[in-house]
Amino acid sequence: MKEVSIPCGVDLTQLYRQEVGDYPKFFKMDVLSRLGFLLTERLVGSDENRFQPREDRAVLVFSREGCVANDRNYVATMKDFPSPSLFVYTLPNIVAGEIAIRNKYAGETSAFVLEKYDEKAIFELVRQAFQDPVTQSAVVIWADCPSDTEWDARGWLVNREEL
Amino acid sequence: MMRVGIIGTGLVTPLGNTPAGVLAAVREGKSALALHPGFPEPYFASLLPRPVSFEEVSLQAARAAVQSAGIDASAPATGFVLSSIKGDIEHIDKVDVSLAYSAGNIARALGVSTPPVVVSNACISGLAALVQGMRMIRSGQYKQVIVVGTELQSSFIVTGFQSLKALSVEPCKPFDANRIGLNLGEASAAIVLTCHSERSEESVWELVEGAIRNDANHISGPSRTGEGSYNALRAVLPFVDKKDLAFVNVHGTATVYNDEMEAIALSRAGLLDVPVNALKGYFGHTMGAAGILESILSMEALEAGVVLPTRGFSELGVSAPVQVSAQEREAHGKAFIKLLSGFGGVNGALLFRKGGAQ
Repeated sequence: MKEVSIPCGVDLTQLYRQEVGDYPKFFKMDVLSRLGFLLTERLVGSDENRFQPREDRAVLVFSREGCVANDRNYVATMKDFPSPSLFVYTLPNIVAGEIAIRNKYAGETSAFVLEKYDEKAIFELVRQAFQDPVTQSAVVIWADCPSDTEWDARGWLVNREEL
Repeated sequence: MMRVGIIGTGLVTPLGNTPAGVLAAVREGKSALALHPGFPEPYFASLLPRPVSFEEVSLQAARAAVQSAGIDASAPATGFVLSSIKGDIEHIDKVDVSLAYSAGNIARALGVSTPPVVVSNACISGLAALVQGMRMIRSGQYKQVIVVGTELQSSFIVTGFQSLKALSVEPCKPFDANRIGLNLGEASAAIVLTCHSERSEESVWELVEGAIRNDANHISGPSRTGEGSYNALRAVLPFVDKKDLAFVNVHGTATVYNDEMEAIALSRAGLLDVPVNALKGYFGHTMGAAGILESILSMEALEAGVVLPTRGFSELGVSAPVQVSAQEREAHGKAFIKLLSGFGGVNGALLFRKGGAQ
């Protein structure tokens, strides 16, 4: 099982320029989506036929805080001119959608919120997601961002036979 | 595959707090949609009486479901799943508004002894939470799972949808030629799932199969080809004989794009001869509660032998001739499909059936 992480404090824009560079939509994303996007690049960047549309790969994202960092950014715009471009990131599952769009994954995408980081609980939910017979592999993301500058970000690429 | 049955339901809605009472209100054509002063723009919505608390309404619905199921919420074999998109967001300046915090409080007040799981998968959250509950039972993790979905409206959500120009300034018109947008709604709805083999076969509604699929297209607009919705339908249709399918209860938000997308998905799935209905004209779009609320009403309606009318619809305004109607129709069959779609490109289909094996 492939495992990656992004240490807290890393400059995400610089990381994007070093490791990706060809997906300007990155700059529209909130911190949660940026982390999920970059973790996934590290997980699947070397996949063969990477951008062939596929339904057999799920994207499962987990956190405690959901999208609260971006929620606060949206609230700051509410008094004057509520920002639609911030509002669309005020859902914990948008990161899964961004990963699906980038990689043309038409399989399951799901977002879960847990009371704390618990690898056993996460992988129990991942195993359960494989009850969908179409799902053969899953990008699994734990990206927890209490603010735009603090996070715990880890990712796994899980194949059905590894569970 | 282990069969998963529904043994308890609970509701808190502006149209009543019992499934039978809400069904009666809907059959009488009642709607809770009304114009409310906004922040500052006014908006049409279906709201619960004030004061209202996210945790309190969730508990009320969950307790009703637990009581009707007759289960022990505190048993180690009882799981708890909360579905919501924005939870207690209204209090973002004052308290911990994370869904994890709310879920922990609700679960503990209910007496649940196992760790809560929150499914927050945009507008399909309620449906996805039911799928999650089904999986927990099939994996053997729990014998029964309490699934509760709740959404309250607030300046946060209302101004956000207004900024996207997605709200209608009049009661919504699902699938209608003159539809101009959605209305928001508030509700809490709960379902208790169990391993079906523990109950008698004839009287139980079952969750037969569910699937979640992404459009891989856009984070805030549905696919023009209905890709994810069609793929979700394609995953559940092999589990039902079409002549047994009484109706498809669609998302039907009454936005231009959603309803057109769903019509295309239904057409691609070969479902143009199956009755279709949408309930947003009664409750508005209750977001994290929608999948559970609309499923409970659909079960009640099928028990009564009817396909509920689509309030607000009068003239077909989608490109495929879907069988939507403003009139109540007689239902034929023992199964229905709940269909939802949401931001993040996510779509879900869930097949319900009453009684014995196919």
